[in-house]
Amino acid sequence: MTADVVAEWQDRIRAAAAARTPLAIVGGGTKAFYGNPTAGELLDTRACAGIVDYEPTELVLVARAGTPLAEIEQRLADAGQMLAFEPPHFGPGATLGGVVAAGLSGPRRPWGGAVRDLVLGLSVVDGHGTLLRFGGRVMKNVAGFDATRLMVGALGTLGVITEVALKCLPVPRCDATRAFECGADAAIQMTNDWSARGLPLSATCYWRGTLAVRLSGAEPAVVQAMRTLGGTSVDNATSFWASVREQTHDFFADGARTGDALWRLSVGATSPHAGLGGEQLIEWGGALRWLWQPSSIDAATVRQRAAQAHGHATLFRGSDAVRVAHGTFAPLPAPLHAIHERLKATFDPARILNRDRLYAGL
Amino acid sequence: MLDAALASRLSAVLPPAAFLDAPEATRPYECDGLTLFRERPGAVLLPQTEAQVVAILKICHEARVPVVPRGAGTGLSGGALPHADGVVLSLARFNRILSIDPLARTAVVQPGVRNLAISEAAAAYGLYYAPDPSSQIACSIGGNVAENSGGVHCLKYGLTVHNVRRVRGVLVTGDIVEFGNDALDAPGYDLLALVHGSEGLLAVITEITVKLCPKPPLAQCVLAAFDDVEKAGAAVAAIIGAGIVPAGLEMMDQRATRAVEDFVHAGYPLAAAAVLLVESDGTPEEVAHEIAEVSRVLTSAGATEIRISKDERQRLLFWSGRKAAFPAVGRISPDYYCIDGTIPRAALPLVLRKIEAWSAEYGLACANVFHAGDGNLHPLILFDANRAGEAERTIAFGDRILALCIEVGGTITGEHGVGVEKLTSMCAQFGQDELACFLAIKSAFDPSGLLNPGKAVPTLARCAEIGGMHVHHGALPHADLPRF
Ligand SMILES: Cc1cc2nc3c(=O)[nH]c(=O)nc-3n(C[C@H](O)[C@H](O)[C@H](O)COP(=O)(O)OP(=O)(O)OC[C@H]3O[C@@H](n4cnc5c(N)ncnc54)[C@H](O)[C@@H]3O)c2cc1C
Repeated sequence: MTADVVAEWQDRIRAAAAARTPLAIVGGGTKAFYGNPTAGELLDTRACAGIVDYEPTELVLVARAGTPLAEIEQRLADAGQMLAFEPPHFGPGATLGGVVAAGLSGPRRPWGGAVRDLVLGLSVVDGHGTLLRFGGRVMKNVAGFDATRLMVGALGTLGVITEVALKCLPVPRCDATRAFECGADAAIQMTNDWSARGLPLSATCYWRGTLAVRLSGAEPAVVQAMRTLGGTSVDNATSFWASVREQTHDFFADGARTGDALWRLSVGATSPHAGLGGEQLIEWGGALRWLWQPSSIDAATVRQRAAQAHGHATLFRGSDAVRVAHGTFAPLPAPLHAIHERLKATFDPARILNRDRLYAGL
Repeated sequence: MLDAALASRLSAVLPPAAFLDAPEATRPYECDGLTLFRERPGAVLLPQTEAQVVAILKICHEARVPVVPRGAGTGLSGGALPHADGVVLSLARFNRILSIDPLARTAVVQPGVRNLAISEAAAAYGLYYAPDPSSQIACSIGGNVAENSGGVHCLKYGLTVHNVRRVRGVLVTGDIVEFGNDALDAPGYDLLALVHGSEGLLAVITEITVKLCPKPPLAQCVLAAFDDVEKAGAAVAAIIGAGIVPAGLEMMDQRATRAVEDFVHAGYPLAAAAVLLVESDGTPEEVAHEIAEVSRVLTSAGATEIRISKDERQRLLFWSGRKAAFPAVGRISPDYYCIDGTIPRAALPLVLRKIEAWSAEYGLACANVFHAGDGNLHPLILFDANRAGEAERTIAFGDRILALCIEVGGTITGEHGVGVEKLTSMCAQFGQDELACFLAIKSAFDPSGLLNPGKAVPTLARCAEIGGMHVHHGALPHADLPRF
């Protein structure tokens, strides 16, 4: 049945390529806000769903792209495992394909790895309608270029993902969240210092004078770290971290009401708070800064500040008009952009797959 | 040799004694760690600055001369094998650690820096660079990126690709590019991942920012003996299945322990059919907890003996044999051939059993030393190249193992790369469409095809010729490989 679905997509993509009809690839539609606006006939990936294989002792799960993320997480939880990159859902109905194509990781990312770090292999139908299989189900594989990771975060612009093999990890035996009252720069300094000392951090969030830190690991390690760090306990820690991951936390909810644009600044972890353009919610031990800015702000300025902090700025949430005007993602230096164009020309020469969503012209 | 005009243009952009073309000077560069393949390069270039690399590439690009990047030359698949009509571009003189940021836990290093030198320099801050190939005293970090190398600690800490933030390099046109940055992600396609394991085909790497990890306060190692190789294989799966991800999980079979024991005198249990080494690291409490769990799993998996390292000296002693396995095997056999397939862990018992049976069939001894936790096998086939037919039988045996790896859902190379060695096996692992993609990725970076041509990805013509497209059920054609 699924083979039929994939064959159907192949036919459809071949026809679309011949007719130069753009296709918009959609799973649960939960991340439609992310990336540049794209237009096209809908290609719904949810017809290709289901967990194909899951062997806990192998730490590997293989599932079709349209499989609901919630289903995968439940299946893993039942076996005491998890997706270590803690992906945001951003709404009910998020699918695995969307998670991989968007390449977004949650609070655990600096310690547990990113989506790209835990994807072992995938199948994809490219813009020629060809079904390609890259990587595999094993932990180590250096045969051929790493086209698997190339698809992670490509936002569907190189192909429609049909199936993914993921590395899973055991859920830490113990979790604890502690809170500290401090300034932003103290929070940045402390979290980096704790990481450098090998304390078992698994998430951090600083906002308006409060730093929350999650510790995860074997019980003795967590207990000892709590003793070392001090701080106060946090109620409903699980829902707190979910609110950070899903952006339902007050910082996000309040900002959304103003009509401002949400910027995601991915920067060097020790970059100071000042100089990035205002109040931030700080995650990832300092490496991720969320910032609301008026839609009228000069995007180049925000991007320049992020570049000075050795990173880059993404226009994460904003109106279609704002994202079209500034581009969602930081522009690339010319030689890198040229490589992007050639890769797009290889996988999707008719530019039918999620046209412009990553960069205008791709 | 290169033509005189080109030679003088190249030497003009290099410091004195950095342009070698006399046969006695280029001889050490004729091969890498896979000595079965040798080629005389037109010249060997030893630049010291990125500007010199840019100048060299511009000249070679214009003159259409192939360029083979080279690190320390420890590669095991012929990736740095010279091109007869080209130059070898050695990064050996890019040997400085440029900076270490202890708070951000990163180091900026030049590509010729030895893997171990990074950890040595970072030790002052209580940090280290996690991926630790057995060749770490010699191999370069640039080579590690180009091969996406692994090591004993990669089970818990990841491969090179998981531990590198930024790679700066020069395209064949002379354009300088940066993949990644100091942040945890970068905009656009993940070219940083693509350059890992690219075997020098996409860009010449000139600078790398690596991630450093805090050195765990304690590491302890469990040595477990088994009277049966398959039981040891099953114990590996049982440890992972129990929710434990040890810092290292390695296996040696009896032939390997006997070979290394003569070499390192570590006191390995020589009567055991297989030995597992399981490392735990962390705080003393964590380690004690994990070691107890590991011991319990090992016991119920049928271990006949369990030893726990009492101190750092003993831990290193346990590891000494594993680390010295290659040279030790080199002492008991005139030649050996290292296979590098990866398989799903569940297939370990089956694959080990077949290797044993084939060893008898081919009349070639085989020692197994490998990264069991990752399912990355390193069967070492012992042979004597001077004995008629042995080399050919060795190749046939090796090919059969790789075909089996593909058949059970694994891969032909876990960490040593394709180079020139596994070009034929690539035709078995991938279909024509995937191979065409790899070739297109190569030309997206290097349309002229001058960077390390003929490596890593076979031409479609080659695969068509051997008829080896996507072979299933282990029916890999034993086509004559060019190396013999
Ligand atoms: C005894 C022994 C044990 C080993 N153990 C392991 C192990 O445990 N794990 C493992 O993964 N490997 C192992 N290896 C293989 C080898 O050490 C690794 O592949 C290593 O990363 C190669 O590094 P190198 O500097 O020697 O690279 P080289 O052999 O010089 O080159 C390897 C490849 O990288 C390219 N390259 C090198 N430098 C650059 C650069 N600056 N820019 C672009 N391309 C470049 C070359 O063109 C070539 O294709 C072992 C080898 C030996 C001899």
